[in-house]
Amino acid sequence: MNQQTETFTQSIQNKLSAKEGTNKFLNELRKRGIQAFGTLGLPHPKHEEYRYTPIVKALEKEFSDGFAVALPTLSEAEAKSFFFSGLEANRLVFINGHFSPEASSIISPESEIRIRPLSEVSEDVIGKVAQPEKDAFVALNTAFSQEGAYIEIPAKAVVGLPVVLHFQSDSRGGITAAMPRNFISIGRHAQASVVEVYNSIGDNTSFLNVLTEVDVADGAQLDYFKVQTESDLALQVNTTEVQQAPNSRFSSTVLTLGGRIVRNNLNVAQNGSGCHTDMYGLYMLHGKQHVDNHTLMDHRQPNSTSNELYKGIMDDGSTGVFNGKIYVQQAAQKTNAFQSNKNILLTPNATIYTKPQLEIWADDVKCSHGATTGQLDEEQVFYLRSRGINEPAARALLLYAFAADIIEHINIEPLCQHFLALVNNKLETRFL
Amino acid sequence: MLLNINNLQATIDGKEILKGINLEVKAGEIHAIMGPNGSGKSTLASVLAGREEFEVTGGSATFNGKDLLDMAPEDRAREGVFLAFQYPVEIPGVSTTNFLKTAVNQVREHRGLEPLDAVSFLKIMKEKMKLVEMSQSLLNRSLNEGFSGGEKKRNEIFQMAMLEPQLAILDETDSGLDIDALRIVANGVNKLRSKDNAVIVVTHYQRLLDYIVPDYVHVLYKGRIVKTGTKELAMELEEKGYDWIKAEVEAGA
Repeated sequence: MNQQTETFTQSIQNKLSAKEGTNKFLNELRKRGIQAFGTLGLPHPKHEEYRYTPIVKALEKEFSDGFAVALPTLSEAEAKSFFFSGLEANRLVFINGHFSPEASSIISPESEIRIRPLSEVSEDVIGKVAQPEKDAFVALNTAFSQEGAYIEIPAKAVVGLPVVLHFQSDSRGGITAAMPRNFISIGRHAQASVVEVYNSIGDNTSFLNVLTEVDVADGAQLDYFKVQTESDLALQVNTTEVQQAPNSRFSSTVLTLGGRIVRNNLNVAQNGSGCHTDMYGLYMLHGKQHVDNHTLMDHRQPNSTSNELYKGIMDDGSTGVFNGKIYVQQAAQKTNAFQSNKNILLTPNATIYTKPQLEIWADDVKCSHGATTGQLDEEQVFYLRSRGINEPAARALLLYAFAADIIEHINIEPLCQHFLALVNNKLETRFL
Repeated sequence: MLLNINNLQATIDGKEILKGINLEVKAGEIHAIMGPNGSGKSTLASVLAGREEFEVTGGSATFNGKDLLDMAPEDRAREGVFLAFQYPVEIPGVSTTNFLKTAVNQVREHRGLEPLDAVSFLKIMKEKMKLVEMSQSLLNRSLNEGFSGGEKKRNEIFQMAMLEPQLAILDETDSGLDIDALRIVANGVNKLRSKDNAVIVVTHYQRLLDYIVPDYVHVLYKGRIVKTGTKELAMELEEKGYDWIKAEVEAGA
């Protein structure tokens, strides 16, 4: 094992053992995390699941003294400046991992939505979806877990307004690290949408290791969005663990435009028949950005479907990683699973590592996957130019169309419009 | 003189395709360029539209007295040159309506005209759609994606109608069209004709020229215009094929 990695892991462990909060249940959970982290350690650079993404190396360099939290100097007004204009929503704001009651507001009635800070949770539900023993960053998050949102949608409730969780890193007072942990529970036949928004401010490195557990009950539906627009100094590991009960629907859209190194893990387990899962992703990278999307679609029961489409545009010397696993377990007959990853590289120095990984134990299934990587189609550029459109505008039009494909399915109109504006802004400020 | 091509030579990947083309096109004229496969017809159309794979190695082409070969493809379009593609490109996610709005306004800006607002754009579009019997739903779909051969070619002529070029180059617009589609496309072109604009029809067959009647017919062979005549020449080619032309050229050489 790499000597330096081991030392870094140990130094984290030593600091952890001293910590203990007042919530008995969380203390138990943390102990489990500490133990799991001790066994796993941070992934070695050659670890199969992390080999293309140098997140541990970056952490060792930037956080050699441990994961300190800088003082959140973000004012309420600054925090609110990251809100999406024109979107009426329930909002919870976390600054450097700390819940900010001033910037947060819940407008939906309690019959539709119940929200509590993690520290007040007593049920033995958290940690049931995500297994700290399986992944070092889940273990690390579990070991540190102190703050986050516990969102519960009661059975049959249809939440009219989206719930937006803002995670804001403020590194103006020095490097900062936070490990928020969320739990989203959608009751039987309930319906909701949740948006996670990531932003950072300040001239120092920030690190977020987020874990979100999602439990979608019988016949329930969750539309889930992640918008990652942090600065070029931000490091992020973002894990979402989802379990779906029979006849439920889960739809995820991940938009990654910012961050220096971002690793997303999206793991969905269908525990019943009649489930449907959508996974959409869009990453648009410039400079030295490195974004890694690992997804796992686990079909465990018969007659369910899934559809996955991730698209990327890489400029300059940026790197994208896509690893999409689909498991079709032996019991999961009549599964219909589709996966696709499409990439455009704008320069010879941009890189994409793409790997579809299908493991099928059932014999009566329909599964397909595909990956394409290429440059912008010059024939298309010429066609538009031959109609009088100048070259930059022609390229922008084509890139926008490629990207917007991921976003246009969103039926919350102000959200869809905001995402399209973010894509347009990235195109105009970074790519042209 | 609208277009003046003088001893134009061009290569692709080092291979000589055009070996000295001379052609003069005046406003109000229709020129047909015919010739056997591989004679350089489409290359000529591509070079005039500014396709960058081709390298111009000699000669000149001026459009309204301006050096055409020196212009970027978008500037040629803005100056009034339009190429109807032999194989119109499919562009997922970009609708005809959407990209034409950008194109029309960039062209108008170049010509010193105010941009069209959404209402006037729609009004003009509705008018021009009738010319080639296009439906609104087709124009709102991804450009050419899943269009039939006839729909793609009609869309080319529709775009031509929207951009109002002074010189339209139709590159084998008749290829792959059934007789009804051919008639619609040709009717569209004829309705757009005026004393101020000109059309170059690049075609392999005489069929299209029954509908778009040329003033001149040029035969291109091995990168040169080897014969020029009137529409009767096209009839003769239809009847006798190209072999006699080839024989004449070989005998002369």
